[in-house]
Parts: sequence; structure tokens; C-alpha cells
Amino acid sequence: MSILVLAEHHDGQLAGATAHVVAAAKAIGGDIDVLVAGENVGAVAEAAAKLDGVSKVRVADNAVYAHQLAEPMGALLVELAGDYSHVLAAATTTGKNVLPRVAALKDVSQISEIVEVVDADTFKRPIYAGNAIATVKSADSLKVITVRSTGFDAVAEGGSAAVESVDIVADNSQSCFVKQELAQSDRPELAAAKVVISGGRGMGSGENFKLLDGIADKLGAAIGASRAAVDAGFVPNDMQVGQTGKIVAPELYIAVGISGAIQHLAGMKDSKVIVAINKDEEAPIFQVADYGLVGDLFEILPELESKL
Amino acid sequence: MKVLVAVKRVIDYNVKIRVKADHSDVDLTNVKMAMNPFCEIAVEEAVRLKEKGVATEVVAVTIGPKAAQEQLRTALALGADRAIHVETEERVESLAAAKLLAKVVEEEQPGLVILGKQAIDTDNNQTGQMLAALAGLPQGTFASEVVVEGDKLQVTREIDGGLQTVELTLPAIVTTDLRLNEPRYAKLPDIMKAKKKPLDVKSPADLGVEVASKLTLLKVESPAERKGGIKVGSVDELVDKLKNEAKVI
Repeated sequence: MSILVLAEHHDGQLAGATAHVVAAAKAIGGDIDVLVAGENVGAVAEAAAKLDGVSKVRVADNAVYAHQLAEPMGALLVELAGDYSHVLAAATTTGKNVLPRVAALKDVSQISEIVEVVDADTFKRPIYAGNAIATVKSADSLKVITVRSTGFDAVAEGGSAAVESVDIVADNSQSCFVKQELAQSDRPELAAAKVVISGGRGMGSGENFKLLDGIADKLGAAIGASRAAVDAGFVPNDMQVGQTGKIVAPELYIAVGISGAIQHLAGMKDSKVIVAINKDEEAPIFQVADYGLVGDLFEILPELESKL
Repeated sequence: MKVLVAVKRVIDYNVKIRVKADHSDVDLTNVKMAMNPFCEIAVEEAVRLKEKGVATEVVAVTIGPKAAQEQLRTALALGADRAIHVETEERVESLAAAKLLAKVVEEEQPGLVILGKQAIDTDNNQTGQMLAALAGLPQGTFASEVVVEGDKLQVTREIDGGLQTVELTLPAIVTTDLRLNEPRYAKLPDIMKAKKKPLDVKSPADLGVEVASKLTLLKVESPAERKGGIKVGSVDELVDKLKNEAKVI
């Protein structure tokens, strides 16, 4: 068996998600190659070569792969996929954008967001926003898979894989990059953050969300919100964690003034450690929280900030 | 320009789902069903394009059992002009759905196809991308803004960490993200009028597509229950537990 992992990278740096995908590839077993596609990605390739378990890094360095647009990336992966039994990518917006194109062009199904490898053909993945776990078996000759990073511990560094270049240049006349506006915040992106602190209706107003800033800064956390907070107009809806918002599974999730409705729990209940801060000790959030603190968030938050 | 919108009948997002006792699947008997929320956003965008004079006709399409016609009627009430139902009782995986839709695209020749980014039942997030691949069209996934300029489409996409704008050559495939718009509600007179709008029924065989998949669903189980936690008495105790017991900060 041989596995191709699509490297995730931004701004010339290998993204952490790739090490998690390599871990999933190791669980499948077989030779693991990493594909680094983009423009000026030499440093990314070097970083990928250091990941434990990687046999070879294949580098497609060309302007056509800049910004990893789906059309040329799909065409490139389709060319390469013939050498492999499995093609894997992180379930990031890049992986989700590109891989289904590859699967369709190879006439195989895709298995999305796996959280566990049962064997080389069988995988577990959450469905219904994580309220059920499906075990699926694929009889396709090529398995195209996206990996939920939080399901696999990242592999360590220490490898020294060979780096070779790939000369395939896909042509793309259908799409072009116009611009990118990345969030100005130094905070990590919500779905990828190791720590998330979220506010709910109990925050009372959008202004009060500033109470979360200091804590988020100290913990390197992203700030999220419940649907109630979004619907009340406190914060924009890209901050929403939940069934129709973002699904997160950080190491630590702190829910502040959030009652814990089903739709919210669906978006965060796979977090490793959940902390709930709420004045209502009957709030359903306490049923899933590892550590609960009953009290007034307006007193607790400043104290918590000062003690971190 | 004709706009094709794909919609899916799914369990209502407010319903707490139950796994069947034999672990074969999720129990959908007597459960409230609705249009997938991301598909509602897709319909809304198509209707807005029509209101702006960009779209000349909006065609809604769904794949599924007879009952899925309810969701097509909803789309018609929201402003779609006509509907196509690809009727099948079988479980249709994303690849087969994309193949069926590719045939509909071939027949209808729309200038733009809008789908939701994912269905809240299977959570696959594949069909739009697969359709784009099979139809040989460019894709603008996870769209939060869509602007048609002549024969080009500017799509602002929600990517990890921010927004990206791409320009696509029409015809193209777009999948909707939450921020694209706020879907309207159907008004009663429109619901009545929607009953008279045309709705074509086809079968996968009519379209020459084999629905069977090489994926087998072996088991569906409930996620592991979280262990009951503890309540702490003070902020100091909380910080101590996070540092020394959970070791997460």
C-alpha cells in the first residue's frame, strides 16, 4: 500500500494539520509520500521531509498552484493518484475544496473527516454534526479521504525523507485568484485553535465580549460564540460554534454564559476538556463540562484573567 | 441566465437524533424533516439573482424519495420557477448525486449551479465539488459573496483564517456558506401558488446513472458519552485543575 498526503501550508509554512494527517496515514500503514504543491514552497517541502514516517516528499512548485485553487490542484492530484492506494488531506477548507474533485475524476467515493482508522478500507467518521459515529467500508480501488485533525495526534519531527520535484503543470483557464483577506487578529483560527473560549446569551451584549479578550490572549485562544449570541446580534456569525456554525474540538473549550443547547453541543462536545462558567447550576452545559464553575461571569472573568 | 439550485431533504436541524437499536443507521421514522439549511441559503441566493435581473429562470432540483417533493415545493414557494425531482428510494451517496446532477446540468445547461456546502445529515461536503469535476466546470465553494460580471463570476470564499476571492468563468458551480445571506420565509400566498408550478419527475435510470455505491455503512453508533465532570468552588481551583490535573494550560 502507498499513501499520498497532500500537505497543508500557508505563507510558506507547513501547517500543523499535515502532521496529524501523516499520523492517520501511519495508522493505515504503507509507504507515505507527501505532496507539497504551491509557489515557492521549498521551505514547506523541507519541513514536510522532517515529519516522522514520511518516505518521500514530492514538490510541485509552480505559479499555477499558488493559492491552491481547486481546478489545477485537482488536476495535479488526479495525475499522481494512479501511484497510490490512498490519497489523504486534512479536512481544512483546502482539503475539503480539492479532494472531492479528485475522487469524482477517479470515479471513486470520498470519505470525509475520518476520526479513526479501523483498517486500510474501514474508517469511522462523525455524521449528524457528531451526534452519531458511522463506520464505513470502501471497496473502491483508490481511497480518497479527508482527516479531522483532532482525531489523530500529530507525528513528531525527526525524519529525513527524500525530496523530489514533480514536473506536472496543470493548465487552468477557468479560475483565478483575485485577493485574500486574512483575519487581522493574532488569534488562531476558530476551527484549528487549541483553546477556544466562547460566549453565549449570558454575555448580555457585544461590548461584554471584550471580557473574553484578555483571557484569550493569555491562553492563545480563539473566541467563539453560541447561536444565541449571534442571533442576539452580539457578534458576527462566523464566530458561531455549533451544528450550523463551526465544529471545533480543541484541547480546552471554555463556555461562558452558554446554556448548552443541543445545537451548540454538537459543535464542541469533542473538545478534550470542557469548562463551563454559568450562573444557572441547572444549565445543560454542566452535563458535558469536565469542570464547572457556578457564578456570575462578570466577576469570574476578570478574576480568571488575572490568575492565568 | 438560468440558475439551477440543488436542495436536499434532511432531518430538521432542531431534532435530537437517535441511533437505531441494531446500529444499522439513524432512526428517521416519524422524525420532522426539512430543507437542509445550507440549501435554503442556495435557494435564497438564486432568487436574489433573479430579483436583480441576473437570473432569468431558477430551477430547483432534488434527489430522493417521493416525500422530497415537499422541499421542492418549498423552493418553489421561495421563488424558484420550476422543479425537477430525481426520484429514488435508495441511499444516494455524494458521488452518485453528483453524477445525477451532472446529467441534469447537461440537459438544462444552466449558467450557474448553486448548492449548499454540506448537508447536515451526512456532513460530507462533497457533492458540489464532485459535480464541478464531472461537469468540467470551475467551483466556488463555501461562498459568502457572489457577484456576476458578464461571463465571469467573482466568489468570495470563507477559508480557514479569512476570506479569499476567486474569479471563475461561467458556467460555474457555487456552494453556499452561512454568511452568504439570510433566507426568507415562504409566504402563504406563495405556498399556494407553488402548488401550481411545474414539477418534473425523473428516475436515475432516465438519466442513465447507476446509484449503487462502493461504500458500505457497517455500523452507526452513538458517540462516546462524556464522563460526568466536577464543579469547582473558585477560580483558583479551576486554574489549578486546568494546570495540574487536565494539563491543558
